[in-house]
Amino acid sequence: MGTEQYHEPPGELSPEVRTYVRICTSLIEEAEAINWYAQRLSIEPDEEAAAIMRDAQGEEFKHFSMNLEFLLRRTPAWREIAQGVLFTSDSIVELGDAAEEEALDGGGDDAEGSSGPSDGSLGIGGQS
Amino acid sequence: MNHLLRSLAPITPHGWEEIDEEARQQLVGSLAARKLVDFAGPRGWQHSATNLGRTEGVPSGLVDGVEARCRRVLGLVEPRAPFTVSRAELADADRGAPDPAFESLEQAARRIALVENTAVFRGWEEAGVEGIVEASPHDPITLTTDLDACPTQVAGAVEVVRRAGINGPYGLALGPDVYTAVIETTEHGGYPLFDHLRHIVGGPLVWAPGVEGAVVMSLRGGDFLFDCGQDLAIGYDGHDAEVVNLYFVETFSFVVATPEAAVALPPAQA
Repeated sequence: MGTEQYHEPPGELSPEVRTYVRICTSLIEEAEAINWYAQRLSIEPDEEAAAIMRDAQGEEFKHFSMNLEFLLRRTPAWREIAQGVLFTSDSIVELGDAAEEEALDGGGDDAEGSSGPSDGSLGIGGQS
Repeated sequence: MNHLLRSLAPITPHGWEEIDEEARQQLVGSLAARKLVDFAGPRGWQHSATNLGRTEGVPSGLVDGVEARCRRVLGLVEPRAPFTVSRAELADADRGAPDPAFESLEQAARRIALVENTAVFRGWEEAGVEGIVEASPHDPITLTTDLDACPTQVAGAVEVVRRAGINGPYGLALGPDVYTAVIETTEHGGYPLFDHLRHIVGGPLVWAPGVEGAVVMSLRGGDFLFDCGQDLAIGYDGHDAEVVNLYFVETFSFVVATPEAAVALPPAQA
């Protein structure tokens, strides 16, 4: 693996960014594994082998979700967009466009002069 | 534009930065409850209730052979503390004045922090919030005026919680008067009382406006649940030639999951 996951000199990246990169890489690997299992399952005739693959793919779903949640917690704009898209049933494209506009353009509002999160709050949160 | 309507205010980006930074400085030190309870969120302005996981029976199932239960939730309370900012002060800040005067903001910040702390520690019946002190089933341990006995009283409170099967570390919320007295006191031999108390509880001592006396509470997690919808924010109400009318707002609920995890140490009655 080495430093292949980096696009910039690792020494110039902060520890926080390097952690972020590792989790991004893990997220990609989990998505790849889900993809591989989906293909294997689609052609596997042996039901016992297929059961093992389904079980393994379920693990990858969990790992993917955990990595994603980690990244969302550290990326407020991504989290806000995701909240507008995930676990809904309306048009994915329309929800995505609306969530992106709200998160990145601040709905035209609180990006102006706001030094806090995109929800317009002061970003105080928990203090423990 | 979101519900805060900030972009409608006659305030420059630099002015907003000054206001927000002053607000943060005023609030962070005063929000004692957040330093000691589990903080969940912020879940957003549209989050309106906390799931209690409880139900209550519905007398009629509407149709024979059907029973029904109704989910119980705790609605979030929405405190709002208005204040004004002088437009002349904002103009001076834009000119580079390093010390814009925001007295009204400072007072409002203290008020809303006091509301949050008071709701968490002493409850807010009208808002459906039961506080830590009123929920505790343990007998209070009175803090005597003589602080020489304070370590013994705090240690006694820790022991009560520990005997209830609740592990530490523990935290100590101190009302402003008690906090001041504690930091000004050294015990025999010159050992600061503050350090002694911190050693006893194994966790932080927190200056807590809204607390009367002190409260010992477990910090192990899962005992005291603060559910935040809209985190503290500043919104715009209106303006005239002289001032801009703004307000602090937040939404939250608070649930005591383990009443046994805290003991109150009220001050002795004068």
